[in-house]
Amino acid sequence: MTHSSPRGALFIKSVVLLIGALLLFAPFLFQETRSLEVAARICIFVVLVASYDLLIGYTGIVSFAHTMFFGFGAYGAAIALKQMGPGWDAVLVGVLAGLAVSIVVAIAIGLLSLRVKAIFFAMITLAAASVVLVLASQLSDLTGGEDGITYKAPQVFKTANKLMVDDAGKVARVFGVKLNGKLAAYYFVFTSCLVLFILCLRMVASPLGTVLKAIRENEARAEAIGYRVVAYRTFVFCIAAVAASLAGSIYAIWLKYTGPDTALSFTIMIDILLMVVIGGMGTMYGAVIGAVLLVLAQYYLRDLMGAASDALHGIPLLPELFEPDRWLLWLGIIFILLVYFFPKGIAGTIWDKGARS
Amino acid sequence: MSLLSLNQMKTSIGQYHVLHDVTFEVPEGGVFVLLGRNGAGKTTTLRSIMGLWKPSPGSVHFKGEEISGLHASDIARKGIAFVPENMGVFGGLTVEENLVLATANGKFDAQRLKRIYQLFPALEQFWTKQAWSLSGGQKQMLAVARAIIEPRELILIDEPTKGLAPSIIDGMAEAFAEIGQSTTILLVEQNFNFAKRLGRGMAVIDDGHIAHTGSMADFAADTTLQEQLLSLSS
Amino acid sequence: MNQLSQTLERFGGVYLLPVFVGLIAFVLIGAPSSWVTLTVAGLSMGMMIFLMASGLSLIFGLMDVLNFGHSAFISFGAFVSASALAYMSGWLGADNIALNLIALFLAFGAALAFGLVAGWFFEVVIIKPVYHDHLRQILITMGALIVSEQIILAVWGGAPVTVPRPAFLEGSWLFGDVTVEIYRAFAFALGLAVYIALYFVLKRTRIGLLIRAGVENREMVEALGFKINRLFVGVFMVGSALAALGGAMWAGYETLITPALGGEMMIVVFIVVIIGGLGSVEGTLLGAIMVGLIANYIGFLAPKLALASNMLLMMAILLWRPSGLKPAVK
Repeated sequence: MTHSSPRGALFIKSVVLLIGALLLFAPFLFQETRSLEVAARICIFVVLVASYDLLIGYTGIVSFAHTMFFGFGAYGAAIALKQMGPGWDAVLVGVLAGLAVSIVVAIAIGLLSLRVKAIFFAMITLAAASVVLVLASQLSDLTGGEDGITYKAPQVFKTANKLMVDDAGKVARVFGVKLNGKLAAYYFVFTSCLVLFILCLRMVASPLGTVLKAIRENEARAEAIGYRVVAYRTFVFCIAAVAASLAGSIYAIWLKYTGPDTALSFTIMIDILLMVVIGGMGTMYGAVIGAVLLVLAQYYLRDLMGAASDALHGIPLLPELFEPDRWLLWLGIIFILLVYFFPKGIAGTIWDKGARS
Repeated sequence: MSLLSLNQMKTSIGQYHVLHDVTFEVPEGGVFVLLGRNGAGKTTTLRSIMGLWKPSPGSVHFKGEEISGLHASDIARKGIAFVPENMGVFGGLTVEENLVLATANGKFDAQRLKRIYQLFPALEQFWTKQAWSLSGGQKQMLAVARAIIEPRELILIDEPTKGLAPSIIDGMAEAFAEIGQSTTILLVEQNFNFAKRLGRGMAVIDDGHIAHTGSMADFAADTTLQEQLLSLSS
Repeated sequence: MNQLSQTLERFGGVYLLPVFVGLIAFVLIGAPSSWVTLTVAGLSMGMMIFLMASGLSLIFGLMDVLNFGHSAFISFGAFVSASALAYMSGWLGADNIALNLIALFLAFGAALAFGLVAGWFFEVVIIKPVYHDHLRQILITMGALIVSEQIILAVWGGAPVTVPRPAFLEGSWLFGDVTVEIYRAFAFALGLAVYIALYFVLKRTRIGLLIRAGVENREMVEALGFKINRLFVGVFMVGSALAALGGAMWAGYETLITPALGGEMMIVVFIVVIIGGLGSVEGTLLGAIMVGLIANYIGFLAPKLALASNMLLMMAILLWRPSGLKPAVK
């Protein structure tokens, strides 16, 4: 990424700023419950993907345990809110508990990987994540098993909560949007995610980020430095785990429900992988683009595929392949093609194009 | 005509240009020595000839035929053998299996095997032992034996004396002198005394280009040049 | 202490581990008949896992390619053979061992053939463009895994599929108060036969010699004049076919399979190759037997622990031997 004539970079940054603005005004621009769900999900995944990009894009390590840390955070908040009742003390306890578990496990995996070959890392994280997934469904007393846990969020975020009242004592409206707890919850999600994303951005611009890039660019030379590489990697692994864990807690507070499907399942891990690759590894801004595209696809592509499936009715096999549930098939194919032909993803490719012209 | 000729060979590893301009000729017969400081590009030169790194097109000719760009296995089949710095012995295989693998059709030529036994009696003694259990010197013998188990025209040998005891180095020198009577050897060496004893022609590589080439006898006599090119303290 | 370890080494070294595990389990379980049943179950499970894992291990050892899509071959093997068996259910149920056998071997043959062809396709189309690039390798093979799973869902649907067994493999043998399921004994025997065949090929043939040498030092094999890529395609095809065969046998063992099977087995297979040591067939067998035995013993002794047992086993072994129990010499 050169500094001369950064047209592509400018374009990417504008797109990301535009997305940020859309997310900021989402409650006013898209006045539907579903749209707000989509916007919140995008915010959460931006953080998840950006923190994952710290690993895969900036350090070159592949972890399949990112969802696991996300789950620790989500379940931490969920269990605390369930056991202690809605309140900020519960949120604090839950967030800290989730963080603590995440950090301990991240260090444990990091230390184990100090002793084994780097290539094992992906396999070990995958194995650890699957064990946690199974544990979550087994320890049903604590986690609610497959059904998950439903609980109440703190008072401020209740939909019935009136942030401001008009003269008639009803909840006030601004541009037709009710100033209620839901709105507060959305801005809680938006602000915390924005802060976390900016922290990730700052981190890659810091001296640490430079070291990480050096490690990624020149494995051989980094190997020569020896154990320090592993130490850096373990540190980044912990940082990414912390970010994922926080994102999980935020999501748990927003959803008021936590279960294997929303917080732990391997599908989320695949989503993160798709987002980071489609957006562009090692760009940070790509996280935003990838998350937006994928979440929108998840919500709206299915409708499109359903229509295609109906249209192909009568032809053997094709309707099955265009089933709305088969959307992952097509994303998988796109994913493979991207890794082959545009390994830098959307953001990386456009960024470089601008730099070259 | 020389057996091997390198003409402005350039090699990059990743984004690093390791060799800039390597040009020298290896005549047929005897031992040709490539000298140079650590990191000057000696190993990269050998690996580029062998096709294990990709040299610039048109830069390597063997018996007048261009071999730069060929796959390592095809280069090997043209009659070039390679004894790498780490010897490249297959530790999990026995001495016999290591040698069998290097034969063209899985069968030993009795004559050549006898010659190997004479050169390196230890190999016959440890014939059925796994190669990892051999000593460093024995592994080096196995690596060299593997290179001559089939008739070859050129053997590339990378620092064979590294880490070996002086008595073993003497034996190695005798073996190389003998092999050099029938096969050309391109030898990379840090041990100047060893190189001096064997070499007929020589070249010095420095920072990725050839700094000097000539006869070993002249170079051995010119201590100023040695000092300048190799910073030899001895 | 040193003498003890030398004596142990002489009697088989790490190969004694399963024996120790078996002995400890014998003491803990107390009832010999249950112990025999569990041990047979563990051994047969180990053998099936070995089939699934051996290819992955060799593929990594030879080419440094870590195929996260390997479990797709297991799933496909299971579903292809289940469909073939269902198609030939008439022969399977017939009171005629010859017909039973033909049907079974046709089904396994179908799984093997599928594995060979799919393995070839996978190697040439998916893996070849990303040799020597671990990051993209992991991503691409993961993508291929997603696509394969979706294809299985599209073709066979998400509902569990019943796998018919040939009549002669139904039921159990009784030796006193010891029961041994016939299918388990069969799975063990077939797995053992494949292992012996693999062992023979690797130790006694020139191709096997090349593979073992290539696992250790790919470049040197090329410098000796061999094209390792061609060899690798062959190994990849055979490895995939073995995974498919393992999946087919696993389907008959479980009798009810879902598309989740591949994902579940992938974790087990990874754990097996990590504890066995990547690149070595003996190590993979050892790891698979250990995992099979421990899964069955723990499942009996402490069912709650069963899930984490594989993970704990892997961590314990990695702390003891970071490269696995019996890694290929590098």
